[in-house]
Amino acid sequence: MLANPVLGRVHAPDAEYLMRDTTSHPAALAPEYKTSVLRSPRLSKISLQNSLSEVTAPVFDARELGALDNDLIMNAAVDGMPIGERIVVHGYVHDQLGRPVRNALVEVWQCNASGRYRHKKDQYIGALDPNFGGCGRMLTDENGYYAYRTIRPGPYPWRNRVNDWRPAHIHYAISGNGWVQRLITQMYFEGDPLIPQCPILQSVPSEEQVRGLIALQDRSHFVQLDSRAYRFDIVLRGHRATLFENRVQAADPREAAVSARKDNSAKGAKR
Amino acid sequence: MSHQQLLQPIVRETASQTAGPYVHIGLAPQAAGFDIFENNFGNVLVDDKTKGERIRIEGRVYDGIGTVLKDVLIECWQANAAGRYAHPADRQDGKPLDKHFRGWGRACTDFDTGVYSFDTIKPGSVAGRNGRPMAPHINLWIVARGINLGLNTRMYFSDEAEANAKDAVINLIEWEARRATLIAQREERKKGPAVYRFDIRLQGEGETVFFDV
Repeated sequence: MLANPVLGRVHAPDAEYLMRDTTSHPAALAPEYKTSVLRSPRLSKISLQNSLSEVTAPVFDARELGALDNDLIMNAAVDGMPIGERIVVHGYVHDQLGRPVRNALVEVWQCNASGRYRHKKDQYIGALDPNFGGCGRMLTDENGYYAYRTIRPGPYPWRNRVNDWRPAHIHYAISGNGWVQRLITQMYFEGDPLIPQCPILQSVPSEEQVRGLIALQDRSHFVQLDSRAYRFDIVLRGHRATLFENRVQAADPREAAVSARKDNSAKGAKR
Repeated sequence: MSHQQLLQPIVRETASQTAGPYVHIGLAPQAAGFDIFENNFGNVLVDDKTKGERIRIEGRVYDGIGTVLKDVLIECWQANAAGRYAHPADRQDGKPLDKHFRGWGRACTDFDTGVYSFDTIKPGSVAGRNGRPMAPHINLWIVARGINLGLNTRMYFSDEAEANAKDAVINLIEWEARRATLIAQREERKKGPAVYRFDIRLQGEGETVFFDV
């Protein structure tokens, strides 16, 4: 934090996040997705400028994760391999200005190849797979890169209208470097014919934004005689230095150093 | 090249999608009914050595007709007892970090009762944008089936009336009656730490204030 000769110590964060563009996201109320009707706030949100509460976020350490946490093929295997098509999913987490988001926690979960979740509340007739759990997690590297391997999830019917089917998808929760970057989304697969009919995916307000949720088959990362690969990149809120508000011209680092020395000598004099 | 092309391009944020009914599998697998990770992220933020007053936060989440929701996941993010966040962007002077407190937790509403809870400490006051202290608060993020974009709110403390009255964020809410939706009520129990009750109403009468952050 720089000392400002006029204002004294300034407490606004010296970098902040771009305002969220709400037109990038589904509206809270999406009547075709019936559950949203009673769970969507009706009143306007109160818009806040960033404070330390918004620009900070939990920091995770690789030692908190297990060696198999990003291997959904092996991390719940009991007495054999899970059933289904083996795939690799990989991509980059960037911010809106194109910078890598490093050390972001990426958590993924999904149903198995027959469309069944290992969850005590899932009653779908599709079989559970004793060797498949369906969850994984990893941290992005210094380039914002992540990768995991898994079984391609199946589509499944769900109670919305009586013949609604979810396209095959993998859920993502991403924790970036600021609390405002927190994002939950779902990744879909290129070419799935259920995509245009899904009320959840079609609540996304533009074709461009829907395309952003569809992973592309990526031949460059196929594992020979083993797995196909899919590429899925994620964009989190942009982060930039603030201009003017707390970086006034006099707050040049050299001047700050001078005023810090004055500060210290003043303190010294009091002692 | 046009002037427009010289500007730094801003890419759109990836679209949000609902966490769905099975969010527990990914974020709280033990609640989903199976054990897979060695280290699970949970709703206990403290250990024996964490500094500060132990508190418990408890509440329920209601929909637009007052139904208790039982498939919600809530995360909290808060400063330590000295009022400092465990993050490099927090460079407030004179406030120590506490290596026994990260300040982040994750809770699920109970499948039977709908109650969620956090075991944590009461945070100190953090400096706001203008250098004025913000009243002590805990940031909450709420996701569930039927919520298309995670909801952000703040929980304040009923025994901090003076600080709350001066808080710049609370005062941004022009409808004074709505400010009460952000104040958790302190209850002393015979045994154990004080409990702050914080119910969240997604819609309808008493709708909680949510923030566009």
